[in-house]
Amino acid sequence: MSQTKRFLAVTVAAVTALGMVGACSKNTDDAKPAADGQVKLVVDTFGDFGYKALVAQYQQEHPNVKVELRSVQKLDDYKPKLTQYLAAGTGAGDVVALEEGILNEFKTQPQNFVNLLDQGAADLQPNFLPWKWELGRVGTDGPLIGLGTDVGGLAVCYRKDLFAKAGLPTDRDAVSKLWPGWDEFIATGKKFSAAKTGAKGFVDSVTTSFSAMLSQAGDTNFYDRDNKLIADSNPVVRQSWETSMKMVSEGVSAKVPTWSKDWEAGFKNGSFAVTMCPSWMLGIIKTNSGPANAGKWDVASVPGGGGNWGGSWLAVPTQSKHPKEAYELAKFLTSPEGQVAAFKEAGPLPSSPKALDDPAFLALTNDYFSNAPVGKIFGAGAKSLKPVVLGPKHQAVKERAFEPALQAVEQGKLTPDKAWQQALKSAVKEAK
Amino acid sequence: MTSSSVVRASAAARAADARDPWRSRLTRADVRFAPYLFIAPFFVLFAIFGAFPLVYTGWVSLHDWHLIGDHTFVGLDNYTALFSDPDFWNALKNTVGIFVIATVPQLLMALGMANLLNRKIRARTFFRMGVLIPNVTSVAAVGIVFGQLFARDVGLVNYVITSLGLDAVDWQANTWSSWIAIATMVDWRWTGYNTLILLGAMQAIPKELFEAASLDGAAPWQQFWRITVPQLRPTLVFTVIISTIGGLQLFTEPVIFGNGRMLGGTLGQFQTVTMYMYETAFQRFQYGYGAAIAWALFGLIVVFSLINLLIVRRAAR
Repeated sequence: MSQTKRFLAVTVAAVTALGMVGACSKNTDDAKPAADGQVKLVVDTFGDFGYKALVAQYQQEHPNVKVELRSVQKLDDYKPKLTQYLAAGTGAGDVVALEEGILNEFKTQPQNFVNLLDQGAADLQPNFLPWKWELGRVGTDGPLIGLGTDVGGLAVCYRKDLFAKAGLPTDRDAVSKLWPGWDEFIATGKKFSAAKTGAKGFVDSVTTSFSAMLSQAGDTNFYDRDNKLIADSNPVVRQSWETSMKMVSEGVSAKVPTWSKDWEAGFKNGSFAVTMCPSWMLGIIKTNSGPANAGKWDVASVPGGGGNWGGSWLAVPTQSKHPKEAYELAKFLTSPEGQVAAFKEAGPLPSSPKALDDPAFLALTNDYFSNAPVGKIFGAGAKSLKPVVLGPKHQAVKERAFEPALQAVEQGKLTPDKAWQQALKSAVKEAK
Repeated sequence: MTSSSVVRASAAARAADARDPWRSRLTRADVRFAPYLFIAPFFVLFAIFGAFPLVYTGWVSLHDWHLIGDHTFVGLDNYTALFSDPDFWNALKNTVGIFVIATVPQLLMALGMANLLNRKIRARTFFRMGVLIPNVTSVAAVGIVFGQLFARDVGLVNYVITSLGLDAVDWQANTWSSWIAIATMVDWRWTGYNTLILLGAMQAIPKELFEAASLDGAAPWQQFWRITVPQLRPTLVFTVIISTIGGLQLFTEPVIFGNGRMLGGTLGQFQTVTMYMYETAFQRFQYGYGAAIAWALFGLIVVFSLINLLIVRRAAR
């Protein structure tokens, strides 16, 4: 047998087998027609958006629609997953959540998302705070890819029992008066640390405070309005950095990295007395602290004035087989009534002025947090929030350049100066 | 055996030829092609899941490729950038470092345990199966449990250390401590596996060698070093190669140790090459550069395996 013939034989065999494999894998995916008019929609979110009750209601009102909620706990895990789905052209939910820190990066590839204006979303504009609506758009007159869910109004969550042990006031108004600014906040922290309460520190870690300070800037952070990286020259970044460094050197930080085992356990064990809490953080604190600590936490105002940290949008990927139905679901979930219901369930603060004025919203209290009037506390400043201009890679620059550098100082691995250089160097790499 | 059956089949084909030309052609085709069809499934699966991704990754690595965006051909630029990338060298240093401090004690322990299990002890089967239990436990579960053990404030290890009157260790902060913690996880999972392989090889050593040695007055310790270990050499090299391939691709343990993040500590104290690859491709979306890292890793594994092979050759001589 000649070489070519042998090669041919192998090829024929291989191709035949390949054909069989191909034949098997086909017609499983496409053969999902609306058999009995049923439409299945998948909603991808991270953390807890508070949609369980809403979805149940929606399914009852639309018997032909079945909704599956898929959630990943951390945004850090959610983003690569969603990206892979988009790159592969399959796998993403019909409705997906986009957080403010990653929104801009996805906006640079708008072809991946349905233009919601084509579905008639223009009528919904009055439902949202103007800036929330604008940020869901690509440019000022481009397609609309996201409908706003929540905004991240700031507050401080504190442990009343630890405050009492340290001889500090426990009433939420009195606590708020302790710290009009960050210097007073640090001073309170020093007083707390001196009192020997058994806690490792006053505040969990400086990274949460750093995020809060950045979001209070109300203008720009790491990027300017032309999406140019200005982390090294923006005084807002430098000042937030220096205040954070002061918190480390004054010893008010428990030095527990957020999302670590020590952090999660720290809520239960009382390793720290205070953490920054944008309203979406309430659910996380409750989960980590557990039922045994119910009523020990309370909510006070944040030092240094209001700011917006976090908040998301709902988008419909173009790969969805039911873009129309998906849009209807997103519209329902982001409606003023939907936002109030979500806030009640998990704490994300409404981005709809109508929801923020809703007496039902303003009357809401949170029994886990000592019946704090959370509707009033978070709703008060929400309408006057000034969003920070976030560049395309804000999230990456913050979480992978600046936060590790801050934590390295807390670990005693770098001096503040070296850490600043390190942060800037990593920022350039992340922004590339 | 094979050739004779082929000859017989061909004879049958020739006989059939006289009666029915179509059937004879079918029979001949069967004889000629059937073997290829039988081995085809492996090659087809390998082509789809092995060769294609490998080649495709190579193709991607020659591009500036945004995961959900554009790509442009850049030739070998990604590779030249890789060689001057301090983060890559840091990841490589961590990978090799963790590999060494994990593998050396692991194989020594496996050797010792295999020797113990090779003796006549009570409940031998129970112990032999027992050493494999850590290996069949899910990596994620192992990572979570060890992550708790090595936590700074609430970890059991630090509890023991501080109750001995020593200072608590911030396991994630230092390079050496994070390496030790991760190597511990690796050893927990893989020592038993290597023990069983070495045990199997030990049982293949002829008993006569030991009997003769005892007659000559060799103590058990001498028998172990003079007979068992030299006889095990090929198997030891095999376990070294397997550990090398696994060790250079170390991923899950350090990721879970670092709270599920790809950074590997505040300053990349324990970021391995695979973590750096994932971070680059799926978090920074630099798919092309990530693919270049993947190929560099592939090259490294080939080099390490070749070195091992040379050692085997020399050992066999």
